[in-house]
Amino acid sequence: MKKYIKDFEIKENISLTAQYSVLKLSPIDGQMPKTLPGQFVQVYVGNSRNTYLRRPISINYIDYDKNELWLLIRDAGEGTNSMIKSPNGSILNLIVPLGNGFSINNGHSLLIGGGVGVAPLLYLGKVLKERGNEVSFLLGARSKCDLLLLDMFSQYGNLFLSTEDGSMGEKGLVTQNSVMQTDFDFIQCCGPKPMMMAVANIAKERNIECEVSLENMMACGIGACLCCVEDTASSGNVCVCKEGPVFNINELKW
Amino acid sequence: MVNLNVKIGNIELKNPVMTASGTFGYGEEYADFIDLSQLGGFIVKGTTLHHREGNPYPRMVETPSGMLNAVGLQNHGVDYFINTIYPRIKDIDSQIIVNVSGSNVSDYVEVCEKLAPLEKINAVEINISCPNVKQGGMAFGTTCSGAESVVKAIRKCYNKTMIVKLSPNVTDIAEIAKAVEASGADSVSLTNTFLGMAINTETRKPYLSTITGGLSGACIRPIAVRMVWQVANAVSIPVIGLGGIMNGRDAIEFMLAGATAIQVGTANFIDPAITIKIIEYIQDYMVRHGIEDIKEIIGGMQL
Repeated sequence: MKKYIKDFEIKENISLTAQYSVLKLSPIDGQMPKTLPGQFVQVYVGNSRNTYLRRPISINYIDYDKNELWLLIRDAGEGTNSMIKSPNGSILNLIVPLGNGFSINNGHSLLIGGGVGVAPLLYLGKVLKERGNEVSFLLGARSKCDLLLLDMFSQYGNLFLSTEDGSMGEKGLVTQNSVMQTDFDFIQCCGPKPMMMAVANIAKERNIECEVSLENMMACGIGACLCCVEDTASSGNVCVCKEGPVFNINELKW
Repeated sequence: MVNLNVKIGNIELKNPVMTASGTFGYGEEYADFIDLSQLGGFIVKGTTLHHREGNPYPRMVETPSGMLNAVGLQNHGVDYFINTIYPRIKDIDSQIIVNVSGSNVSDYVEVCEKLAPLEKINAVEINISCPNVKQGGMAFGTTCSGAESVVKAIRKCYNKTMIVKLSPNVTDIAEIAKAVEASGADSVSLTNTFLGMAINTETRKPYLSTITGGLSGACIRPIAVRMVWQVANAVSIPVIGLGGIMNGRDAIEFMLAGATAIQVGTANFIDPAITIKIIEYIQDYMVRHGIEDIKEIIGGMQL
């Protein structure tokens, strides 16, 4: 897929909580690049002393009718903080779209997200639903206030929730949620690595096809610097930014 | 129209702007963003005799105005380059230069012998300065005798243009440059990355799997400019300057210090189209200063 370096205007910066914002972006030239669920962008954050490199961020949602690309941002440092503080009308420069994407399977997919890792599952759920598939979301977080965009998710599938403190949904980790015992055809997962590894183990035990989205530290995002490698079963070290970020768990040495 | 043409050994560059090895893949990774034929040249990633997996993850960490990397020369080997990559890139109208690395002298020689017949590869850049491999690499570039042994052996079998990429991790880089020149190199490029290190103070663990790595980015630029100036004053072969060039102004600075051409590295990660902007800046700079030939800028610092 052709990649672009493109300026986007922040149409709306919606603060969800003190830590999270959704940025709704529109391309200045009006031309929204074609993207796939699971792909990501590299955001220019000023190239300053402490924010030297771009920041890789998942595409949260695309609304082609409104010509909007959404980014779900967690305040995790100076780079993401500058994005969260960007006012409506300001410009963000993106390299878009990057990486591969999730498979668009026919059947019942369980989309499992943890923390800010829920981001790409919204766009994935939308596309799966539009293709006539049954979609279930299992979203986990520390606490109620970290469960984000639930009204959006509920438009595209059944919602199952887990919080570590029990403030919403079932108490515990996503892997302990009762929906994990039910039947579905595919698991697609994005979140902290320990969570994805635990999900991958369950998928292997139950012999369910499973994809995970990795977020290895990267510099370029386009397969040039070879920094973000993951050791794979068939190809050795491959770039997460180019061959991923989405991998079938059978490809990983987990 | 200003003249941007420069010569390195036997190769002509349409302008002095090249890309640094390891930051530009095989050029193809940037084809969506720029017209590769506008570049003076591009140096493809470090190529070794055999396939190398490189170092374990994690391989990079952002540092103030720069980054540390520890890739460790991951590549599929010279035969893969010749059979798979070369046919795809050979028709790009720019100078394609292959960066060559090895664990011992005979590896370097064998890779250069395999590359020599390729019609569109008219120069190699010999990497005696990689800080991220255990054997070879920087070991050859930190002593005059080590550098001489590699360059003399390659010179015997390789008649095209040989650029030697120098390590900054030495006491006197000009001495190494003189030894390389005397051994038959056509040009030197400097600097490779600076050996560096960073520790996560919360976990007490090093950020890189290899503990130490190579520092690049704007933070190294003043040191690299100083080294280019010292080397340009010590040798008569053309010097290629690199190290933290982020924009056109930085490129001019290296040329005023004595660089005949420059390479852009880490800046490609932040703006994949930066090389074209640098070429445009150089043209504008020349017009603004009434300079017709780029060679007037080379070593043009005024005291």
